[in-house]
Amino acid sequence: MKKWKRYGLVSAAMIGAVTLAACGNEMESIDPDAEPENAGTETENEPADDTGGNAEEPADENEAAENGENADGEASGGGEGELEIFSWWTGAGEEAGLLALIDQFESDNPDVSVVNAAVAGGAGTNAQAVLASRMQGNDPPGTFQIHAGAALNTGWVEAGRMEPITDIWEEEEWMDKFPEDLIDMITSDGEIYSVPVNIHRSNTMFFNQSIFDEYGLEAPTTFDEFYDVADQLEAEGIVPLALGDTESWTALHLFETILLGVLGPDSYNQLWSGELGFDSPEVAEAVEHFDRMLEYINDDHAARNWQDAAQMVAQGDAAMNVMGDWAAGYFATDLELEPNVDFGWAETPDTEGEFIIVSDTFGLPQDVDDPDTVRDFLTFLGSVEAQDTFNPLKGSIPARVDADPEQYNEYGQETIDDFQNASLAPSLAHNSAAPAGFVSQADQAVNIFVSSRNHEQLIDSLQTAQEENIQ
Amino acid sequence: MQSKGISKDKWLAFLFLLPSIIAIAVFVYGFISWTGYVSLTNWNTLTPDFSFAGLRNYIFLFNDYRFLSGMRNTIFFTLFFLLGVLAMGFFLASFIDSNLKGEFFFRNIFLFPMALSFVVTGVVWQWLLNPSTGVNLLFTMLGFESVPQWYTSTTIAFGFPFPLGGIEFGIPVAMLAVVIAAVWQMTGFSLAMYLAGLRGIPDEVKEAARVDGASEFHIYRKVIFPMLMPITVSVVIIMGHMSLKIFDLIYAMTGSGPNFVTDVPGVYMFETTFRGNFFAQGAAIAIIMLVLVAVIIVPYLINARKGES
Repeated sequence: MKKWKRYGLVSAAMIGAVTLAACGNEMESIDPDAEPENAGTETENEPADDTGGNAEEPADENEAAENGENADGEASGGGEGELEIFSWWTGAGEEAGLLALIDQFESDNPDVSVVNAAVAGGAGTNAQAVLASRMQGNDPPGTFQIHAGAALNTGWVEAGRMEPITDIWEEEEWMDKFPEDLIDMITSDGEIYSVPVNIHRSNTMFFNQSIFDEYGLEAPTTFDEFYDVADQLEAEGIVPLALGDTESWTALHLFETILLGVLGPDSYNQLWSGELGFDSPEVAEAVEHFDRMLEYINDDHAARNWQDAAQMVAQGDAAMNVMGDWAAGYFATDLELEPNVDFGWAETPDTEGEFIIVSDTFGLPQDVDDPDTVRDFLTFLGSVEAQDTFNPLKGSIPARVDADPEQYNEYGQETIDDFQNASLAPSLAHNSAAPAGFVSQADQAVNIFVSSRNHEQLIDSLQTAQEENIQ
Repeated sequence: MQSKGISKDKWLAFLFLLPSIIAIAVFVYGFISWTGYVSLTNWNTLTPDFSFAGLRNYIFLFNDYRFLSGMRNTIFFTLFFLLGVLAMGFFLASFIDSNLKGEFFFRNIFLFPMALSFVVTGVVWQWLLNPSTGVNLLFTMLGFESVPQWYTSTTIAFGFPFPLGGIEFGIPVAMLAVVIAAVWQMTGFSLAMYLAGLRGIPDEVKEAARVDGASEFHIYRKVIFPMLMPITVSVVIIMGHMSLKIFDLIYAMTGSGPNFVTDVPGVYMFETTFRGNFFAQGAAIAIIMLVLVAVIIVPYLINARKGES
């Protein structure tokens, strides 16, 4: 009897060990962006698991490519009237927008069946991992989400994996329907490579309206006003600035708005062309401001993500939050707050009349089976109809200048107005300004800075990253 | 067995093993070599570039703040995790072994966390050890003025400047929060192993020691511990190799942490490869992790082989 027990225990332990070893190898992950309520549910884990499987693929597919075995034949994105759309749109509003687009496209093209191949998690990192392995293995999706600017131009376009679609733009006469600065961001060597669907603004500062009303404060427009307001709030025992940098891009996001505020659009853009070094005195001044603004943040910033930080403002635990205007969608849709009643907004300090854009675009990869269907879809994406279907749901504004403002809420309408008059600048934190290599190194440098506050170290790291990644 | 050639049985056995031998040769060893090759190239953008870079990627890593922080964290995580699992497992096993009522119940209580995935554990402990919610609410309620910062603490205990990469070498306090979660999940395993081990020690041996006048302490030191040695080694090997390549728990619970206090090479590898497109650099990290694990596993395998023959 006792002996049996012992065997049972040992085998239980061994089975445990085997299971564990298997678990350890799987690169399971969940969406760190997720709100706590959702995390751990099946929907969360499913796409992420997918990443795990695919993350190991590049090596194998490359080997295949090297041996001259072209995996082209089984490429998806085509087949008989099939279209695969690859994105990381799995959040509430954005998924609704994407599904509405798919519905509409399918009802216009009844013979095409659309596959929604969205991958959740890691603010797009998980999706990028899957995409990289598929592109390198010659198995591209029909079309995929990519930010305008460096992400597109220094990524797959530079790698020679995208087809130009300038002809679509000419046929549809889009050249004056989208802002010129934006078209520049999707143009490489005179060819256009994608269709922008939406515009988000990164240099927005949201604040809790009732706190500001209670203490008779005005939204700060300059750095000095910001410090003034922040000091008053601090004296009242309110956290002036909410930050959630569990994922350090949020800190980089704050820094990019400060860079633009101090440098202005022209010098800001020169950083990304390499004409202006990070060792310049203007950048040093921006770092000073960054350091000073970090004095006003919540203590538990490292344990929060961007939604948690936005929630602090929503609940009145903090007064202000610098975040892209997807936070407006989060306030209005998820938290059901009233624009201009519960929450207010302004440009981040010293960036009035300037607009850091984050634009999701879709392009045509090389070697898809059915390029005509993809072209049809891209043509559809650029239409007023598609843009006005998608954007109100996602909480972004249309990339076209002639879309219908009536479709959008108060925040959207004001932003549409700003967008048409402001000077545009690409976002660093969202991969539009600089190659992915620079962004990831800047991200690390900023993460270290938030703790160390070592100005010299930050500037040195940024300078090195610029020399290595930007010609 | 001489000159008769290989028997039919052996051929058959070989035939049955062949598919898995081929699969492992390609999908495990093939890709390890491929990763090793990539780690020596300049492929650090989306465009594959297989020009030879020598040890450039490795040299970079050994001067890199983030990588060295990750290595430091891994070392201390592994150390404390092993200590925790061994101590807790042994303690609970002796407790259950002492003819406790409801043994079945307790055994399963402690084994249960093992059924969870590290991701689930990570999410749960992320909330429990959150500096502004979770157990800290309890501490505040009890009137503690300063509460622990758990996994967001940037303190490096007993720290001193490390000559490479500008990092501070010492015990990253934030990592201890992760250790708590990992020990909670894995104690069941060492408990089961130790319980089996304790049951395997015949009462006669202990009785004999008692007759010879040994104290309980002496019995543990001179009889029980030595007889449990093989089990301790197995637990250390199995848990050690897991903790050296830990990824999911960290990714779900803390991410790389403020100032990289909870970063580990696995997370760095994933992010540098797929966010930064530094493919060769990611491959180099993978190879270093492989070497680390091999340092533990290979002596064990050699030893096990000696034991067999």
